[in-house]
Amino acid sequence: MKSLHSFARTAAFAATFAAASAFAQTAPASAPVDKHLARNLAAQCANCHGTNGKSVAEVPSLAGVPANVTIQKMKDYRDGKLPATIMHQLAKGYTDEQVALIADYLSKQPK
Amino acid sequence: MQNTSLNRRNFVKAAGAVSLVGTGIFASGCATVGGVAKPKVVVVGAGFGGATAAKYIAMWSEQGIDVTLVERGDNFVSCPMSNLVVGGSSNLGNISVAYGGLDKYGVRRVKGEATGFDATAKTLSLADGTKLPYDRLILSPGIDFMYETLPGLATGEAKNRVLAAWKAGPETVALRNQLTAMKDGGVYAIHIPKAPYRCPPGPYERACQVAWYFQQAKPKSKVLILDANEDVVSKKGLFMKAWNGQYKGLIEYRNNQEIQDVDARTLSLKMSFGEDVKADVLNVLPPMRAGNIAAMNGLNNSNRRWCQVDWLTYESTAVPGVHILGDSLQIAPAMPKSGHMANQHGKVCAAAVVALLTGETVNQTPMVANTCYSFIDDKNVVHVASVHRYDAAQKTMVTVQGAGGLSADANALEGVYANSWAKNIWADMLA
Ligand SMILES: Cc1cc2nc3c(=O)[nH]c(=O)nc-3n(C[C@H](O)[C@H](O)[C@H](O)COP(=O)(O)OP(=O)(O)OC[C@H]3O[C@@H](n4cnc5c(N)ncnc54)[C@H](O)[C@@H]3O)c2cc1C
Ligand code: HEC
Repeated sequence: MKSLHSFARTAAFAATFAAASAFAQTAPASAPVDKHLARNLAAQCANCHGTNGKSVAEVPSLAGVPANVTIQKMKDYRDGKLPATIMHQLAKGYTDEQVALIADYLSKQPK
Repeated sequence: MQNTSLNRRNFVKAAGAVSLVGTGIFASGCATVGGVAKPKVVVVGAGFGGATAAKYIAMWSEQGIDVTLVERGDNFVSCPMSNLVVGGSSNLGNISVAYGGLDKYGVRRVKGEATGFDATAKTLSLADGTKLPYDRLILSPGIDFMYETLPGLATGEAKNRVLAAWKAGPETVALRNQLTAMKDGGVYAIHIPKAPYRCPPGPYERACQVAWYFQQAKPKSKVLILDANEDVVSKKGLFMKAWNGQYKGLIEYRNNQEIQDVDARTLSLKMSFGEDVKADVLNVLPPMRAGNIAAMNGLNNSNRRWCQVDWLTYESTAVPGVHILGDSLQIAPAMPKSGHMANQHGKVCAAAVVALLTGETVNQTPMVANTCYSFIDDKNVVHVASVHRYDAAQKTMVTVQGAGGLSADANALEGVYANSWAKNIWADMLA
């Protein structure tokens, strides 16, 4: 059960990177194995960035932002390279794998 | 199965026809799961937890699940930002949101009072006699007060004189009116019960808002914080800085202030130790427990006050098929009773309920995060944030070490972000 699950995550991670590195904005050829994990993780950002990353206020939208841009910003927040009021603290809560899943999911949401 | 739903999702998106989802055009495609009638979810409470769960179940199942949302109120009034109404820099209209935004997701709204449920027959009962059948029941009723601990507040008259204003709405405005009617030179006292209670930093934020109002309009007046806890429960350094800085001489903080009872006629508190304390405006937050619908129906299996759940699904550990969210929960360590948390519970639960009802695997690694913004005055804000992950060995949520933290100082940029947070979380629940 546990190993099956981590297998699914690894596969999803690989698929995410494949998609991200090709800058694929069209539907991927094969569905990510664990598409709900990305969706579920990304939903945590919605309190501040809007449902499916579409903000209705001052905090920027993440919907439709290329995955590599979000990934880089999350890294920079975590490493203290981008000024932030709160993202430096939140970014430290997620693994690279989780950030990649979130970024990929949000990149595919309508702006 | 997965492919089918993915294709449909892509098709809907590709057609740019998100709004069509709400029209029922896809109903025939979604009406059956495995050839049987649509599974039914009934949600009680259109607050931070319940509205979020209802919206996300409808959205994520693409209306493959029938969602009914039961709420007694006419519209949503937010507790977050309600202290600004008490302080006078905002008004009730600014913090109210209509429930109708949920209609486009296909959520069926029922106005009514849920009174109980039958876990065997799987029905929820309403006060008007209606019985709503469910496959999964979700309760997010917030808190109710343990008035039995304060006999002096037994009558409606006493409750109107000594307000809690800890559920936003008419009481928020009534407290504001008491403050505007108070003479300059008067004392506003707020009593805080022992933790856990709804919104750990909330009472201290309220004290700041009242002090801000006094500074503008009634400079000879005083704010007295009577805290039953040993120390400031949340954001201590940041609040103390304000109390010893911009509100010096205006706010007095006293710890270990347990009370025996309240005298509503004389507006005084009978303290467990020491003399009675009298105020001109007395604001008492009574001890809290899970909302009645949860507390009265055997779900309060923690100290008879709060409800224990399985953190993967938010299903009650007392009654199968019933899920509980938000303030009613027996929280995991360092998980506050906040709207932000309740919204996140709503989504973890929504994902689990959709998975359970469609035969998919429940996420075994859920995460939730929290942020509470507090207004020090009308513009400057401080936050506390944390990130939590499921720990399979301990079967509970634990904080992710090294993540989260506090604002360095109160600042106006976070005032902008706090307002932005409110707009986005309200939309995430209800629009
Ligand atoms: C002054 C104040 C400030 C706060 N500030 C913040 C903040 O800045 N950030 C933050 O994250 N949190 C804040 N909170 C906390 C936040 O309001 C709560 O944690 C949150 O509301 C909990 O969500 P919930 O879904 O459990 O309950 P609620 O949001 O209270 O929703 C419960 C809903 O259920 C309905 N209901 C209950 N029982 C029934 C029934 N039997 N039948 C029909 N309907 C029913 C109620 O009418 C209500 O609409 C604050 C709270 C207060 C009081
Ligand atoms: C409590 C509110 C809050 C939550 C929750 C939150 N963010 Fe943010 N986010 C902000 C704020 C505020 C900013 C602006 C930078 C700052 O002050 O920290 C921001 C900025 C960002 C940016 C930069 C956007 C840009 O255009 O420059 C990214 C990327 C981002 N957040 C990603 C995320 C992700 C991913 C999550 C979920 C894991 C998340 N955020 C959750 C509040 C939040």
